[in-house]
Amino acid sequence: MEIFDLTIHELHEKLKAKEVSSVEATRAMLERIEAVDGQVNAYITVTPEQALVEAEAADRRIAAGDVAPLTGIPVGLKDIFITKGIRTTCGSRILENFVPPYDGTAVAKLKEQGAVIVGKLNQDEFAMGSSNESSYFGPVKNPWNLECTPGGSSGGSAAAIAARTATATLGTDTGGSIRQPASHCSCVGLKPTYGRVSRYGVIAYASSLDQVGPLTRDVTDAALLLGAVAGYDPKDSTSVNTPVPDYVAGLATGVKGLKIGLPKQYFIEGLDPDVKRAMDEAIALYKSLGAELREVSLPHTEYAVATYYLIATAEASSNLARYDGVRFGHRAEDVRGLKEMFAKTRAEGFGSEVKRRIMLGTYALSSGYYDAYYVKAQKVRTLIMQDFLNAFQEVDVLLTPIAPTPPFKIGEKLADPLQMYLSDIFTIPVNLAGTCGISIPAGFSAAGLPIGLQLIGKPFGEATILSTAYAFERETQWHLKKAPL
Amino acid sequence: MKYQVVIGLEVHTQLTTNTKIFCGCSTRFGAEPNSQTCPVCLGFPGALPVLNKQVVENAILAGLATNCSITQRNVFARKNYFYPDLPKGYQISQFDLPICQHGHLDIEVDGERKRIGITRIHMEEDAGKLVHADIPGVDDSCVDLNRACTPLLEIVSEPDMRSPDEAIAYLKKLHQIVMYLGICDGNLEEGSFRCDANVSLMPVGSTVFGTRAELKNINSFKFIKQAIEYEIERQAEILDDGGKVIQETRLFDPNTGTTRSMRGKEEAHDYRYFPDPDLVPVLIPDQWIEDVRATLPELPEAKRARYVAELGLPEYDAEVLVSSRELAAYYEETVALFPQAKTVSNWVMGEVSRALNEDNNRSITDCPVTPALLADLLKLMEKGTISGKIAKTVFDEMYKSGKAPEKIVEEKGLVQVSDTGAIEAMVDEVLNNNPAQVEQYRGGKETVFGFFVGQVMRASKGKANPAVVNELLLKKLQG
Repeated sequence: MEIFDLTIHELHEKLKAKEVSSVEATRAMLERIEAVDGQVNAYITVTPEQALVEAEAADRRIAAGDVAPLTGIPVGLKDIFITKGIRTTCGSRILENFVPPYDGTAVAKLKEQGAVIVGKLNQDEFAMGSSNESSYFGPVKNPWNLECTPGGSSGGSAAAIAARTATATLGTDTGGSIRQPASHCSCVGLKPTYGRVSRYGVIAYASSLDQVGPLTRDVTDAALLLGAVAGYDPKDSTSVNTPVPDYVAGLATGVKGLKIGLPKQYFIEGLDPDVKRAMDEAIALYKSLGAELREVSLPHTEYAVATYYLIATAEASSNLARYDGVRFGHRAEDVRGLKEMFAKTRAEGFGSEVKRRIMLGTYALSSGYYDAYYVKAQKVRTLIMQDFLNAFQEVDVLLTPIAPTPPFKIGEKLADPLQMYLSDIFTIPVNLAGTCGISIPAGFSAAGLPIGLQLIGKPFGEATILSTAYAFERETQWHLKKAPL
Repeated sequence: MKYQVVIGLEVHTQLTTNTKIFCGCSTRFGAEPNSQTCPVCLGFPGALPVLNKQVVENAILAGLATNCSITQRNVFARKNYFYPDLPKGYQISQFDLPICQHGHLDIEVDGERKRIGITRIHMEEDAGKLVHADIPGVDDSCVDLNRACTPLLEIVSEPDMRSPDEAIAYLKKLHQIVMYLGICDGNLEEGSFRCDANVSLMPVGSTVFGTRAELKNINSFKFIKQAIEYEIERQAEILDDGGKVIQETRLFDPNTGTTRSMRGKEEAHDYRYFPDPDLVPVLIPDQWIEDVRATLPELPEAKRARYVAELGLPEYDAEVLVSSRELAAYYEETVALFPQAKTVSNWVMGEVSRALNEDNNRSITDCPVTPALLADLLKLMEKGTISGKIAKTVFDEMYKSGKAPEKIVEEKGLVQVSDTGAIEAMVDEVLNNNPAQVEQYRGGKETVFGFFVGQVMRASKGKANPAVVNELLLKKLQG
């Protein structure tokens, strides 16, 4: 077992016992990045000098006996997180050379604990994508099969876990962007309830859906990392002032008597047979552990993708208006006049998927179409939310697949955006409902590609989905399998 | 043809909060460009707005003072458009749920009262400023974002005004109210109180409004009147020639007193308003409204009525005294110490105002003669220690030196002489020295009396009690 293979809690024990120093762990991670990231392309920016300075500081803390769970742990951040003094691109040319003057709240919390930031991770441009192919910095390869995508948009965050180039990472999830890549890379990925983690200092894609969450090697790490970043933040008006439970302490609660719902709309014809098999095995395992499983209905599921692509793009069209070349980021040269500066800057700075979504969102908000699209979508969103609340009257947790298929090939769905959008059909409703979901490793396809299992919880029910996931993980070995790199 | 003008006004008042509406930056005017900015008001990626509570309370105050109903569930909306002074590419404003609605103000023009409807008042953030200054070596335009994200209330009237004078009366009234509430410094030149006017014409007797033009960039009451008057002329000419007024935005040029087209209807933006997902709805329960109502100061109209009814002041005095909250406060403080309402009014409107005017329009709050000192002076006069004439001299000295009136009277020996013996001697001397005038008086020319009074007062260096002088003179001349 190499240092870079360890989980947060394993490395934490070794750091505390002074079996290994943070500088050693950080060096090992940086060397690992150097060795394999050329094949994976998970990192946009690696920050070795800064990381080693932070590691030295962490070692001094450890020597002084001041050890938090993340002290000295090498972590990677999706490049959507604003980091003071470290280039933050959001996977876009328009921010290619943008070095922010401040830290976001989640990053500040990690730094307070003494975590070591080894670099910024690749992603779909502005988190718009399901395959990490829309990044200006090139696609990320799936460590399980370099011809496949790692999923998206937090593809770099998931691939770095699978490639063991970060002990843990943070991603963001707007329509599945943590859970789907976690599933495709066989790691744990948790999308918290909207308002659980501050969005301050996270570059906005769709403000009413974006949420920060952990990607880790196991469920315990997810509980640790979520606990580190969760909580009310006066700088984010949409963050919720409700106490953060000790997620780790609650992990071993067990599932005996737990009511698990199986939404019938998620177990559809055409579900990949390998995915179906993995779900069946998971259901059988939970039954054997004493959980009660029953079918539930989320009747408005079929409208979720359409609803999402109206709301998310409408918000994005406005959120991305600030990239105008005036104050920061790319500015087109040789332009005549203001309008041309705006137009050319944005034409050059944004990639085609971002442009597609800005146009879609602008259209949905336009006078004459607003009621038919944006307002209608908000109404449907309420119905979808209600679906979940109704289901949670009957059950404690929902169990579903994450994606209809195992990871797909790079380039396979690029020509057909609609097909790509549909690959998020099982994750999007959770964002629309504003509740929480977790993806955990649940097996492999015949071709050896990872398959994830989704557990969806009630609003602020993170502790329940974590303990439900932990019960599964304790009985399975999927999370221990390493990608062949 | 004869036309009736129809005017509606949109006023932007900049609130006097210490910090901006969605971040903690200072709102101070005139600082070094871009020195009062942060990631939030610069629209940096990842930054989020947090609402300043004071802005909501100011808006409620404005609503209560203009008879509006207060919206209890407020939603902020994004108004999307591109401009270099607008950092986020959208302005956070309110759209279909403004904080105040359905209000009114009563104005008076040529003795006629009229009610002007207020459609809505909403909260929003201001934009920055483009600077096209001459900076050596720089031919680009610059942006100063100190003003970006400062809080504004937009106050929109109904198209209820029918003359430039009514428009001015409404604006002055509104200006007076926001100043009274202490929510706006009212500075038109610095842009703290900005006005856009919607102006249209219709044939006299018609009830169907004509096409309007929106006039912008008007930064004084004088210019507002000029702009509207010019616009009436311009539109009347078009209509007289059988033409059609185009719906457009027009810029006022203070140098020529004219307006020129800025953009037409076809260039009008589709602002794509939608609720801002970064801000949660602001809920205003009844109790909050009542708490704010409790801080509402007495407004000029109520004050004026009270001065007339309770203090017995003439309408004119009341109107002048309530013109500013500070002047009224000065007056009321003085009356509290010297409860002769009309005497105090005469002094405040007279000596006090004159001295301040002559002193470079000094502010009443900065007057060296405080209400307490003024009351002391008036008490000396009432007791007969000094005459009214001497009191004015003492006042000037007080204004210059800030000294107490008793001290000045003592130092300069200005105590009024009421000793009949001393005054009688002066009267006798005056009569003896002016036999010709005594003859005239006794011959029936009674107007000479004033001459004698003047002579005696002069002889006493103004200190003789005028009542005693009158009495003795009469006795001697007639006796």
